[in-house]
Amino acid sequence: MGELSAYGQLLRAQARAQASYRASFGIDLFVSMLALGFDVLSVIVLYQVTPDLGGFNLREAMVITGITAAAFATADAGIGSVERLRVLVRTGQLDALLLRPLPALPQLVLTELSLRKLSRVLFGVVVLAVAVAAAPIQWTPARAALIVLAPTAGAVFFGAVFVATASVSFWWVESGEVGNAFTYGGRDLAIYPVTAYQGWFRRIFCYGLGFATVAYYPALALLDRPDPLGAPAWLGWVSPLVAAVAVGVAALVWRAGIRHYRSTGS
Amino acid sequence: MSYLTASGESVRIRVDPGGTALFVSLIRAGFRRYATYWQAALAGLFTNTVFGLLRCYVLLAVVAGAGGSAAGYSGPQLVTYTWVTQGLLAVVMLWGWTDLSDRIRSGDIVTDLLRPASPIRTYLAIDLGRAAFALLSRFVVPITVGALVFTMFVPQRGSTWPLFVVSVALAVVLCFACRYLVNCVAYWLLDSRGPVIAWQLASGMLAGLGFPLRFLPDWLVAVLWIGTPFPSMMQASVDVVIERDPVGTQVAIVGWQAVWAVAMLALCGLVQRRAERRMVVQGG
Repeated sequence: MGELSAYGQLLRAQARAQASYRASFGIDLFVSMLALGFDVLSVIVLYQVTPDLGGFNLREAMVITGITAAAFATADAGIGSVERLRVLVRTGQLDALLLRPLPALPQLVLTELSLRKLSRVLFGVVVLAVAVAAAPIQWTPARAALIVLAPTAGAVFFGAVFVATASVSFWWVESGEVGNAFTYGGRDLAIYPVTAYQGWFRRIFCYGLGFATVAYYPALALLDRPDPLGAPAWLGWVSPLVAAVAVGVAALVWRAGIRHYRSTGS
Repeated sequence: MSYLTASGESVRIRVDPGGTALFVSLIRAGFRRYATYWQAALAGLFTNTVFGLLRCYVLLAVVAGAGGSAAGYSGPQLVTYTWVTQGLLAVVMLWGWTDLSDRIRSGDIVTDLLRPASPIRTYLAIDLGRAAFALLSRFVVPITVGALVFTMFVPQRGSTWPLFVVSVALAVVLCFACRYLVNCVAYWLLDSRGPVIAWQLASGMLAGLGFPLRFLPDWLVAVLWIGTPFPSMMQASVDVVIERDPVGTQVAIVGWQAVWAVAMLALCGLVQRRAERRMVVQGG
């Protein structure tokens, strides 16, 4: 209980601090929403020059885009602030968090949390809702469950990617943008049908790293379409499992990183 | 030129007509400064390459879906488009420059203003040095990867090469001027984060990084080209190098970039002078 109330206070302090500069907060909130809008807009723009992308029309592809948008926005708002880790490691500020009698990760996430990202979650959910309403889906109880399950598991998966890639800075302080390739890159990858990618790139990123299970296979299950790449239909339901594995890996990487951490000493 | 010191002595300083020697040595300093961060360059390189692969496959899928040509671009042209934009991203440095606004907020800007050189010229020189390093480190590698993995369009006309070089140089200057202006917001707002994020979003999308601007409706493309500097910062150079248009149009594109570059630099000068007149330096 003591821990929970400590986290609650961290969160409240953060909320008060960010809302105290009203104009800045307002601009941030608005701009933040545009960020996700641009991503979704890109997909629509591409469909203006082609009726078909990787064997999917716009309505079908938007289901994939919507699941990814909602999942990523949730992960980004919840745990995305962990990317600030590289700054804390470089400046040695992480020491302050490690000295307190609370686990470092939740502290880091709460003290760096940015409330403006909450507007993206709302926007992501709206995109998903519109996409699902416009898509030709035969509703069953299982599919209704999947429409909640898929973005949730996707959010957990992206959250694990955020933590795992941020942890790289424990070993490589100057790693800078490397994490972006997997977090924002993973989002950009997963908003399009996997059939768009080819060769070793598809094998490594979509299947090896598991990004195909975030939105592509759940969307196939929702749309009742067989996979053009020949994978079995049950792949649409494995995203919670993949997310659980990702969380396990991220936790291991994080722990190894914390143990490896040596303060800058300055 | 000579300066009078407090004790009344006149000190002669090395003659530097027009500040050329200073400008050149600042360019060199900028190059060296960014060359020190080679690890960051390596990390950025990796990220650019992953995004390049991703965008390239998606655009090739678009061309395949559209039947071999999308908005007048062939597959190989879009491959070149993807890798040149990924390479140019670091050269023009669309994102991540807050040096000026940081110094305004902290008050360090005073040091810059006390120097006997215009801050715009100083920062421009350093930025040119930075761009030169980025050209060697972050432009060459993605292009090579793209050429190895995909079939790339190679310019057919001899005149395209010099036009491309001039176009990239103008894009660097123009992008610098725009970044300088966005940073100048800090003179008035102090917290320039909102405008900086807005700039990042608008520039990424409207400069032609996500998709070629011609994918948009014609009227919108015209509005963007004529009314905003964004297409001149990246799409212009790419359209030149993939020979999307005849030579005359290529020259016109580069000329239009020059107009924007001069206009935005002039605007920087104006804004800087206004800011200096009203500024209250942050103490502390």
